[in-house]
This record gives sequence, C-alpha cells and structure tokens, in this order.
Amino acid sequence: MLEIKNLHVKLQDEDKVILRGVNLNIGSGEVHAIMGPNGSGKSTLSSVLAGREGYEVTAGSALLQGAELLEMEPEERAAAGLFLAFQYPVEIPGVGNMTFLRTAVNAQRKARGKEEISSGDFLKLVRERAKTLKIDSDMLKRPVNMGFSGGEKKRNEILQMAMLEPKMCILDETDSGLDVDAMKLVSEGVNALRDAGRSFLVITHYQRLLDHITPDVVHIMAAGRIIKTGGPELALEVENNGYADLLAEVE
Amino acid sequence: MSALQKNRADLSARLGADVPKAVGFTQHARARAMARLQAMGLPHGRDEYWRYTAPDLLNGAVPNLGAQHPQGQLGAALGPLVLTFCDGVFDAAASSDLALEGGQITLLSTATTDLHFAQDIYGSLEERGQTPVARPFAALNTALAQEGVLLHITGKIAQPILLNYVAKAGQSDVILHHCIKLDSGAEATILEQGSLGARGNLVIEVDMAAGSALHHIRSQTSDDAALAVTHFFACLHANAALKSFTLCAHGRLIRNETVIELVGDNAVAHVAGASLTDGPDHHDDTIFITHQGRSCESRQVYKNVLKNGAVGVFQGKILVRQSAQKTDGYQISQSLLLDGDSQFLAKPELEIYADDVKCSHGSTSGAIDDTALFYLQSRGVPRAQAQALLVLAFMAEAVGEIASLDLAEDMRAQIEAVLQRSRL
Repeated sequence: MLEIKNLHVKLQDEDKVILRGVNLNIGSGEVHAIMGPNGSGKSTLSSVLAGREGYEVTAGSALLQGAELLEMEPEERAAAGLFLAFQYPVEIPGVGNMTFLRTAVNAQRKARGKEEISSGDFLKLVRERAKTLKIDSDMLKRPVNMGFSGGEKKRNEILQMAMLEPKMCILDETDSGLDVDAMKLVSEGVNALRDAGRSFLVITHYQRLLDHITPDVVHIMAAGRIIKTGGPELALEVENNGYADLLAEVE
Repeated sequence: MSALQKNRADLSARLGADVPKAVGFTQHARARAMARLQAMGLPHGRDEYWRYTAPDLLNGAVPNLGAQHPQGQLGAALGPLVLTFCDGVFDAAASSDLALEGGQITLLSTATTDLHFAQDIYGSLEERGQTPVARPFAALNTALAQEGVLLHITGKIAQPILLNYVAKAGQSDVILHHCIKLDSGAEATILEQGSLGARGNLVIEVDMAAGSALHHIRSQTSDDAALAVTHFFACLHANAALKSFTLCAHGRLIRNETVIELVGDNAVAHVAGASLTDGPDHHDDTIFITHQGRSCESRQVYKNVLKNGAVGVFQGKILVRQSAQKTDGYQISQSLLLDGDSQFLAKPELEIYADDVKCSHGSTSGAIDDTALFYLQSRGVPRAQAQALLVLAFMAEAVGEIASLDLAEDMRAQIEAVLQRSRL
C-alpha cells in the first residue's frame, strides 16, 4: 500500500535535516505504529507525506499503491486515497463543518470521476457516521473545529476519515490531549474502519493508544530514522523501559 | 492657484458651457444644489476626505465602457418588481408594470407636480449630509440628475423592488437620483444590480418614518472598468430599522458613501459591505453615522478582499451627539490581502458627546491562513476551491447582515462567480 524508500527531508528555510533515510513498507490492510521520542521526526514524516509546505525532500520516494506521492499536490494525494488525521486539527471560522465535509467528499468524488453525492444521501450518511462517534448535530452545524474540545476535534478527524473512506490513514498523535473515554471512542471509530483494503500508520508517543488499536507492526523512530521494527511487544518494551535502552543499542 | 480655485476650475470644465435649466418640482432643490456645488467645487486630492482615494479619475474624461459580466437576476426566487435603467434612461420594455400594492412608483423625469411627496426629500437629505463633511459629487447629482425613481411606500411590501442598471453605450455618463419615503410601519426591500454606465453617479435618499423597515441589497459586480460614486442618505425616525448590504467587485474606481442619521429613539441601522478588488482597481467605503436619538443601534461590517496591488479604503465614522444616550455602536473593517502588493487603508473614527454609550470598533488586515488552506487541501479540496471557501468564510459576517436567506444565497453565488472569473 505505502512504500517509503530512503526518505531524506530537511526544513526548507533552514539547514536542518530532519529525516535521514526512512524506509517503511505498509501492506494492504496492515496497521503499523511509529513510536519515538520528541524530535525524532515522526510528525515531519506525516506532514511530508500529506504535502505540507515548508519541507524539502532531498532524496527518496513515497509510493501509494505505486503512485509517487511526493510529486502530487496535497489534494491529489487525498484523491489518491491518503488521509492524515491532524495532531492539531485546524479551526476554520466561517466554514460550517457540514459544508466542509460535503465539499471534501464531492471534491474527491469529482477527482475520481464520480458524480456529486446528493444532499439527501450525504445528510443521511453523515448523520449515521456522526452518531457512532457521538458527534451531535450541533457540532456538525458549527464552523469547523470552532469551540470544539480537544476530544471533539479528534472525533471530528475520525468522522472526516469515515466520510472520505481513504485507503491509507495516518493518525498523527491522535491520542494527544484525549482522556481515557475519548481515546476509547476514537479508537472504536478507527477500528470500525479497519478492513483488508485499508491500511493505517499510527504515530504516537505512548503505548496506551495501541492497547485500543492493536498494530501488526511497531517501528521505533529516532534521529530521523527507523531504528527498530518489531511486533506489538516492542511498544510494551518502550512503555516499560523508555527509549534510552533502544537508543543506546543503536549508538 | 489655491486648492479651492483648482476645484472650481475642475468644476467649470466638468459642467461645460451648458448647465441644464431645471424645471418642475425639483427646480429649487437643483438650483440650491448647484449653488452648493459652485461654492465647494469638485473634490481634490488634497481634500482630507479624499486623502486615500484620488478623485482625478472621477473628475476626468468619461472612460470607455468595460467588459460586462452578465448575471442572473438578483432575488429571482422572490419574483421582484423590476425597474430597468439602460445607460441611465428608464427602459419601460425591460421593466415591470409600475403599479404597486402598498406604494407608488413615479419616475423623476415625469413627476412634475409641486405637491409630490418627494419635494420634501429630493436634495434635502443630501443637503444635510454636506455637514460636517462636503460631498460635492452628491450635490452635483442633485443638481444634474437625469432620472430616478420616486418611491412612496405606504404598506408592508413583500415583493422586492429591483433597480436594474444596464450599461450599453460607449462612454455613458449616468446620473441617477432616487427618493424613497417609507410611511410609519411600512416595509420594503430594495435591490440594485448592474452597472450604471461607464461613469456613474448615484444618490439615494431614504426617509424612514417611525417603525418603518427597509432592506437594501446591492450588487456592483457586472462591470470591469466602471467609475462610480454612490451616496446613500438615510434618515431614521423612532424604531425604524435599516439594513443595507453591498457587494462590489471589478470596477476601476468605486466609492460608496453611506450617510445615516438616527434621529428618533430606538432606531437601528446595519450597514455592511463585501468587496473583491483586483489591481489596479480601487474600492472605497465611506460611512458616516450620526446618533441623535436615544438607545439607537448602529453596526458597520466591511470586508475587503484585495489582490494584485488593489487598494481598499474604509473611512467609517460614528458621531454620537449629546442627546444620544444609550447608543450602541459597532464598527469592524477587515481586509484579506491575497498578496504583498495590495493595500488596505482604514480610518475608523468615533466622536462621542454623550456619556452613557457603548461603542466599539476594530480593523484588521491579514493574509489567507495557510494552515486552513492546507487542511482543506489535505481533505481533497483543490487549492483554488479551498481559497474560495476561505474567502467566503471571511465575508460571512458581512453577508450575514442580509436578513433574507434567498438574497444571502444569491450574494454567495455572486461572490463565487466573481472568484471564478477573476481567479482571486
């Protein structure tokens, strides 16, 4: 599904190298987790994959189902099936959440050569999916993420994911700022979307989220590289011993 | 040559040899207006009130008519009564029947009786509006208006009245002057759309009796090269309510002046504007609201989107007289600068003589929020569409001042059309 090869990235305006040769292969239907200390490059990886400005790719490639993501505009990446759940979902005053969702769904349908969804069908679909995430109609009416609590914002991200039905989902520290109940709700939302044709990359600091969303593969990232790869037990090891041992091993 | 002499020299040039001789009920008002105009001359670059908008283009030769952008009928869903003016001339064939339940419509050119209601209005609101700031183009309009609508609203009229301006001639120099009188408790919706002419000068005088209500929605988005000065004068008596919204796009130089007097107690005036200006075009909103009655409310909401070195000007004043206790005044002017070359010049002014008053004002200028743009793109919305969505969001507060959902939707559609046309 997603094949990242030797990805090197630096900041555009500074001589600061962040990713130093990331290699990652995520198969169809797999859930991978990336853990790592602060500043290891986890969020940069997700930003670069989604096409955020401010970074310069100096080497490497990232193929989504064989197509080079790094050459596409952000909206083309979305149309190709990539979805990034933001660590800090953006507030957009003046744009209703519902308008935002419908615009996004229709833009992607258009990019894929499909007809726009009718208002009736859209409304039905959004209500049904919002309900399972406990998103009430007031949240749908309000401007995007405005006045939402931390948990509501993250649930809103998952709602967008559910509506857009992407193939490759990246969750960037979706657990940050969530209480136990909210984490459970968000995880259930994610788990409901797991299927053979959809892959996930879960970026997190803590093992906690991985109790709810069980990964197939866990990677440890440090200093812009993946330094170790293992099964779910690797996350437990980090939880118990911290990153120090792993980092020492590499050095 | 002093500035004033220069202004008068410009005026003589502008008026030429033959100042038309006024007849009919407006005769005296026109003569007085001409005298006012002769005394003040045309605006000059050194006039404080014209500091940010050079009047030279307006004083110079009439330009060629620019490309016209056809648009759907404003308020079509509400089946408006249409009055069409083609190059400033009333076009009966393109207009509805003038019969109106709950009011009377007369044309300025055919209203000659001395007893006409408009006699008390024509030129008189304009004349009061000359103090404390001179508005020579308004006086020029009163003196020389070619045509206009005299509208006497006596009841509650649900059907909007659409003033439809069509420009066809090469160098039309159009001067229209409308008078609107709303009787006590009367209600009306006045719509305006289209381009007056290659150069347009429009005055609307509105006299609102106690408890009357007027919705005024205007679209100036159809002409690429127009020069236009408009003045909207309104006088509100007790409990009267006015809502006025203007959408402006294209147009080489457009200055919309709004002059409102809240004379009675508990009157409410909301004026709002949204403009999209592409360089080298220039857009100017100049507002003057006087609070005289007690417990009146006024709101000014202006949003400007500027690109390619465009210039946007906002001069907004709230004057609160000593009698106007419990005034609630609000003013916001904001600009969205889509590049580093455009400019927004804002001059908010408060002058308050009453001591129990709530007045707030603010002005901001900013760029498109890149984070929001990326967020939308990351959800699959193409960049241009995402930008349009953010521009609409930026204008939402101004468009929100339109009470009718249908008309607000028309305005949003027009904004989208402008965005598509000009790739702002």
